[in-house]
Amino acid sequence: MKQIADFTLVGKECYGHSVLLRLRDEQPLPEVLPGQFVQVRVDGSPSTYLRRPISIHDVDPANNEISLLVQMVGEGTRHLAATAVGDCINLVLPLGNGYTLPEKDETVLLVGGGIGIAPLYYLAKCMAAKGVKPAFLLGGKKASDIVRLDVYRSTGETFVTTEDGSLGEKGMVTMHSVWKERKFDKIYVCGPKRMMMAVADIAKANDVWCEVSLEHMMACGLGACLCCVEDTVEGNLCVCKEGPVFNTRRLKW
Amino acid sequence: MTIDLGRGLVLRNPVMTASGTFGYGEEYTDFVDLAQLGGIIVKGTTLNPRQGNPYPRMAETPSGMLNCVGLQNKGVQYFIDTIYPRIKDFDTNVILNLSGSTLEDYVRGAELIDALDKIPAIELNVSCPNVKQGGMAFGVTCAGISQVVSEVRKVYHKHLMVKLSPNVTNIAEIALAAEVAGADSVSLINTLMGMAIDAERRTPKLSMVTGGLSGACVKPVALRMVWQVAKAVKIPVVGLGGISNATDAVEFMLAGASAIEIGTANFIDPAISAKVAEGMKDYCERHGFEKVADLTGALNITPALF
Repeated sequence: MKQIADFTLVGKECYGHSVLLRLRDEQPLPEVLPGQFVQVRVDGSPSTYLRRPISIHDVDPANNEISLLVQMVGEGTRHLAATAVGDCINLVLPLGNGYTLPEKDETVLLVGGGIGIAPLYYLAKCMAAKGVKPAFLLGGKKASDIVRLDVYRSTGETFVTTEDGSLGEKGMVTMHSVWKERKFDKIYVCGPKRMMMAVADIAKANDVWCEVSLEHMMACGLGACLCCVEDTVEGNLCVCKEGPVFNTRRLKW
Repeated sequence: MTIDLGRGLVLRNPVMTASGTFGYGEEYTDFVDLAQLGGIIVKGTTLNPRQGNPYPRMAETPSGMLNCVGLQNKGVQYFIDTIYPRIKDFDTNVILNLSGSTLEDYVRGAELIDALDKIPAIELNVSCPNVKQGGMAFGVTCAGISQVVSEVRKVYHKHLMVKLSPNVTNIAEIALAAEVAGADSVSLINTLMGMAIDAERRTPKLSMVTGGLSGACVKPVALRMVWQVAKAVKIPVVGLGGISNATDAVEFMLAGASAIEIGTANFIDPAISAKVAEGMKDYCERHGFEKVADLTGALNITPALF
């Protein structure tokens, strides 16, 4: 069941243009699936009228905690990142459909670009809990774009690309040598649309199952306003309600 | 808290949810007990299915948003076969917002909806700004609105509410034309035509370049139009446009509205509609109004107040 609640900011870690927000509720959290998102109300920012959809980076059910990894891209996210520990942040959650978890014996690659790496951490944790060994392929323009690399490395084998070559292999995620050296049963992607389309092309060429998480501008987050649609083989579908995770076979990519 | 809008449409309280902002009600049942609302007005429906406009369909603006969704819906027949059975037993008034691009579409759609027992009213959308040859063509002239309302009136026997466009020179004249043609009530305002530009990329922010503005920023315009229309017509006026809390809702009642709709505010607080209903009740108790209906037009315009 979806709920609306005031969470207390209990921890905050800064990573350049991104910030990790650890939020705690008094009440037990609803079940949260990897790939689902929250709608965050941004208080005290006159130019931010609508909520901001943010993917769920981590969940700690024992402590009623949820973590968001937020990149400061505009007025709303900058304001959100400036929230002080101890202050409240109002969330609507959990929203949308999550990623499909693999079978125990399947090999998987989780491909993230920029801040798109955020939901892959919780996804990998859920996979590990099922006995699947996740592997990450994380890409950014430069080394500092890939935040919290240590927690990814401690969760699964991690490959890195940067466009300037400052970390890992130089180039885009699609150019990494792992694509030639390994075969995967399932590919999970989150990042900029062009990067996701390029990964989807690789998956298609190799006839590999692939799910991507789309990020469209949203208003309601509940499937009511029909603003965030993606043109799919089934017609215009709301990213917030039918997604944000889509199997690439459903997309016109 | 009861409001009687006439021809069988009786609301438990004055609060309804605006078309296009509340889906079919189902999207909000985790947040709102629909029995706490006077009614829900479901997504704009056309006789034939519509894919709507391309993405991007939305742009945030100061205290508001623009949209150019373009009436994406699966058509009246799909509504009747698939959606209506799921929502017909909601414990509130379920009102269908009907749109069209030709007179024949409106009339045929209204005929089909007339047969649905659990739909007590149609909100006739003659004011969608986002569809080519859309409803707004009818809604911006007295002759146009007179024609569509009188033709629909012939085939539709329940409460006929006509949703008015603010994109006109004199909205009171349009409202009067709707009343004369047989409308049981008018609701206003639909969105105001607007535009947003991304200066860095030198592109429009919306796929259709222009769109409809809604949210808190339109409230003063909406309030003024409700006031003008309420003075001009005898049928009930349903006020909407930027209502974000109970105080806003009371202001619309004071300006002359008999009921109100909550729109864009549902996106910011999915539970807002029930809170507004509760808040209006509190207001009545605090100010000694026995019936919420007594708020309608209770604006006190006397120089002594200033």
